[in-house]
Amino acid sequence: MFNRLTASLLASTLLAGTAWAETTITAVMHSGLRVLDPIITTAHISRNHAYMIYDVLVAQDSDFQPQPQMADWTVSDDRLIYTFTLREGLTFHDGAPVTAADAVASLNRWSERDAGGQVIMDRTASLEATDERTITWTLTEPFVPMLDVLSKQSAIPPFIMPARVAETPADEAITEYVGSGPFRFVEAEFQPGLKVVYEKFDEYVPREEPASWMAGGKVVNVDRVEWVNMPDVQTAVNALSSGEIDYIEAMQVDLIPLLEGDPNVVVEVREPTGMQTMTRMNFLHPPFDNPQVRQAALKAITQEPVLAAMVGNPEYYQVCGAILGCGTPLESTGGSETLVQGGGTDEARALLEEAGYDGTPVVLLAPTDMVALVTQPVVISQALREAGFQVELQPMDWQTLVTRRASQAAPSEGGWNIFVTNWMVPEISNPISNPMLNGRGDDAWFGWPTDEAIEALKEEFIDASDAETQAEVAARIQDHALENGLLIPLGQYTLPQARRTTITGMLDSPVPVFWGIQKTE
Amino acid sequence: MAQIPQPTSAMQPVLRALRLPAFGIGTKLAALILAVIVVLTMLSGWIAPHDPLSMNPMLRLQDPSAAHPLGTDNFGRDILSRVLIGGQLSLIIGIATAAVAVLLGLIIGLIAGFFRTADAIIMRAMDALMAIPSILLAIALVALNGPSVGSVIAAITIPEIPRVVRLVRAVILSAREEPYVEAAIALGTSMPKILVRHLVPNTLAPLIVQGTYILASAILTEAILSFLGAGVSTETPTWGNIMAEGRLFFRIKPELILYPGIALSLCILSINLLGDAARDMLDPRLKKRAG
Amino acid sequence: MLGYILRRCLAVIPVMLLVAIFVFLLLRLTPGDPAAIIAGDMATPAQLERIRAAMGLNDPIHIQFIGWVGQLLRGDLGVSLISNTPVATMVADRIAPTLSIAVLTILISVAIAVPMGVLAAWKHRSAADYAVMTFSVLGFSVPVFVIGYLFILIFSLRLGWFPVQGFQPLSAGLGAFLSTAFLPALTLSTIYVALIARMTRANMLEVLGEDYIRTARAKGAPERRVLFRHAFRNAAVPILTVIGTGFALLIGGVVVTETVFNIPGIGRLTVDAILARDYPVIQAMILLTSFFYVLVNLLIDLSYSLFDPRIRY
Repeated sequence: MFNRLTASLLASTLLAGTAWAETTITAVMHSGLRVLDPIITTAHISRNHAYMIYDVLVAQDSDFQPQPQMADWTVSDDRLIYTFTLREGLTFHDGAPVTAADAVASLNRWSERDAGGQVIMDRTASLEATDERTITWTLTEPFVPMLDVLSKQSAIPPFIMPARVAETPADEAITEYVGSGPFRFVEAEFQPGLKVVYEKFDEYVPREEPASWMAGGKVVNVDRVEWVNMPDVQTAVNALSSGEIDYIEAMQVDLIPLLEGDPNVVVEVREPTGMQTMTRMNFLHPPFDNPQVRQAALKAITQEPVLAAMVGNPEYYQVCGAILGCGTPLESTGGSETLVQGGGTDEARALLEEAGYDGTPVVLLAPTDMVALVTQPVVISQALREAGFQVELQPMDWQTLVTRRASQAAPSEGGWNIFVTNWMVPEISNPISNPMLNGRGDDAWFGWPTDEAIEALKEEFIDASDAETQAEVAARIQDHALENGLLIPLGQYTLPQARRTTITGMLDSPVPVFWGIQKTE
Repeated sequence: MAQIPQPTSAMQPVLRALRLPAFGIGTKLAALILAVIVVLTMLSGWIAPHDPLSMNPMLRLQDPSAAHPLGTDNFGRDILSRVLIGGQLSLIIGIATAAVAVLLGLIIGLIAGFFRTADAIIMRAMDALMAIPSILLAIALVALNGPSVGSVIAAITIPEIPRVVRLVRAVILSAREEPYVEAAIALGTSMPKILVRHLVPNTLAPLIVQGTYILASAILTEAILSFLGAGVSTETPTWGNIMAEGRLFFRIKPELILYPGIALSLCILSINLLGDAARDMLDPRLKKRAG
Repeated sequence: MLGYILRRCLAVIPVMLLVAIFVFLLLRLTPGDPAAIIAGDMATPAQLERIRAAMGLNDPIHIQFIGWVGQLLRGDLGVSLISNTPVATMVADRIAPTLSIAVLTILISVAIAVPMGVLAAWKHRSAADYAVMTFSVLGFSVPVFVIGYLFILIFSLRLGWFPVQGFQPLSAGLGAFLSTAFLPALTLSTIYVALIARMTRANMLEVLGEDYIRTARAKGAPERRVLFRHAFRNAAVPILTVIGTGFALLIGGVVVTETVFNIPGIGRLTVDAILARDYPVIQAMILLTSFFYVLVNLLIDLSYSLFDPRIRY
């Protein structure tokens, strides 16, 4: 009886569903979207949102190469003048054409927030809209990575907004969400942290080239994309098997067996570069103000247990000692033997003794509410203890952690010694944009190393004229960074995605994109 | 005019209801179960087969084996050892919460019940505190102090206090009207003496009963705080945080929730049953009427 | 009577003011910085400082408090620091699931628990009585999320009777609503059933011992009439009380079930806001739930007179 009742209940739900004739993809992303301004935040989910509704002048393809997207460009022979020409047919979602003035205003706002943008602005003589569709960017000195910075997909890509929106001060969040990208943001249905809805933007004109990462033609084959957030991957997995959702961006590897044998679901790696997990020490306070102790910590840690506890199945992680990431053009692994192979504990103990480590407890910040960061501190604390460190694992919610790690106070007075974070590999694959390699003391990233050597190496890298020299400098950067303990890479992992078989044609881009996708009923 | 059930005594009928017929066998069984749990967890340092923190991520989520009778968790730690030792901290959090809540509640309740001037202010403050949903208040308090054992205890205790205060105050208010107390006041007996000799004893029975319920609910609340991401560190296992960690693996390794869940439920069940028995024993009037 | 109602209503004001002050102070003392969550991983300290200033977080506490209370008096709940959405909109979007599930929970609980309690009292000391009482203690002893996962495992995954997650509003049809709301409400009901069943049983026992029941029985009134007409009516008052005091339990349970079943309600909204230090949202949510709690209890106090003719004001 009950079965019949529920059957009819379900039938009525299904009927309500099929009343929509259009195709909708319902996707569970790695986190809920709350901040809608992609320039003010570096949060990945906001950036992914921005790639839906905005477009960029220059985009990165799967070979890490800049490609024309909204604009083609020419460079003067002295490499000082870049001229960008907007392609035809670019329209904002409110119907207004995209002009060079919009682009200039957007670039200005972006450069105030983005580290790479600041470097360019430091070398900029002028940035002007010379006519409706032409942007002329004049530098004071040649800057080789210019187009790499403009096309990068992290941390902050220079998204193009209407000038009136881009005139918002860079420290205040924008309040109007109009882009010229392939999807339109449906503001009325936006529920912060819960649900965001996009509709196909019919006037969008895709490029002719095939899509490749963030570059090429963004051809939209669905009417509607809904991102819903689920606080629990298990819930998402259940929903995927029952067909309530179409796509999960980041699967928890341990849960994959639940989907095996389900002919309607595919679990796959979307893009092989993945994420780097790493730990950062605080250079200001004992014991990690001592380079020998930092080196001891590096020797104490072995990547595999960290990755195993975090990911589980070795198919989805990779030990990797390269601070710029494995599988990237500048990969180099110097100084990482013990990290990768283990067996450094004795050496660590010896280094600690030599350094005269006095048992000062190491305050290790451990988030309790970020699934991707919960396990690493627990494993690291055990490894450090085995090498003779006193470790105080301090659990806290993520919000407390991000506040805490910004504090330069002594660890006993609300500061810290060490914490863990994750990056997308493209974010850290370049020495200029990798935040760990900033050695400018108080202006550096949390941990505040003062390291003139790394700054000099980076200058050398910027000035390197060809790929070979760049690779050579990058190798020296690797050696120096590990020797000085600017970071301890903990390895690389890729959380696979899961999709219903009705979803096809998904790009292998690091940013999950919804152009190119098709959905069959 | 009939007796008006004051809103302040709204908890009383609830308390009255939270009682079982004192069927002897049930109570004895409960006492036995609780005793076994307490002994096992308190001796866990000696009887646990493994160090609950020692991990081997390469052997994670193992099925039960001779070495790990209940299998291993996501860090490759021994589940049996963690459940045994986790009980220790769960019980300590429960007991500490009950003790502190009862003690503070008693003091504040005495003041409110005895001093008319303080009464209005205290009771409004208690109303305010009680109006805030206790789980939300507890999460905010843990966020404030960081998820240490002490702050989790404080976060669970503070929302419990108003209930104790109301109970004590209600008892004191009715006891004040008793002829012997009025006589003592008229005779000029000193205040502390009246409080200690005449008023506090009246509160003991209901407080013991209330204390057991707080103990039980504190153990549960700890589990829920852990579930919502505001519990103590995984390096100090509790039944709550073992389950909270385990819930991510619920469908592939339900044991991670099942075993601590059974231990916790049995423990709370027996505490509740004993609380009911205590109530019947300490309050013969109710027992007679119920029987 | 009218004077009493008025007095009780006025007493709500100082309580709410105290809640407001308390919540505000609690939040400002909590470490955490909404600017940091907005800015993300790569922000420098100087950038954070500028965002903080733009959000008004650098003003003195009393200025912030007065500003907030002034806003509230104008009926403005503020704007989320994180998403720039008005709090009132966020609450409006998310209150329906929570409220409808709460109401459904109370309905289910009463429907299950009252007959259970009456039966247990009627067949006092029988096997049925012990079964009811054991179940009711069990209801208090198992964490809500464990029950929720068990129900999902059994009813959704094994039997396939319900979707595993999500929420459909009543406007999508009663069937759709029930298919998503029933399991969370059932989960949430376990505590409530336990509470109400015990309450009903205890009060029925008490009332069944009264003289007028004996009189009614002696007069040969049918048992059903004795039970429901005479006894239950008198036992109803404390049961109402339990629904009121249980409201706090319900809110606590809602937070958990909304997480387990992925329901976009205000419980998760509040927990997420606490974890993100989204002050205006937390303040508004705690104030609103507190106000609701006070209101429910006020109404229940006032409704006593309806159920129990002996109570007059």
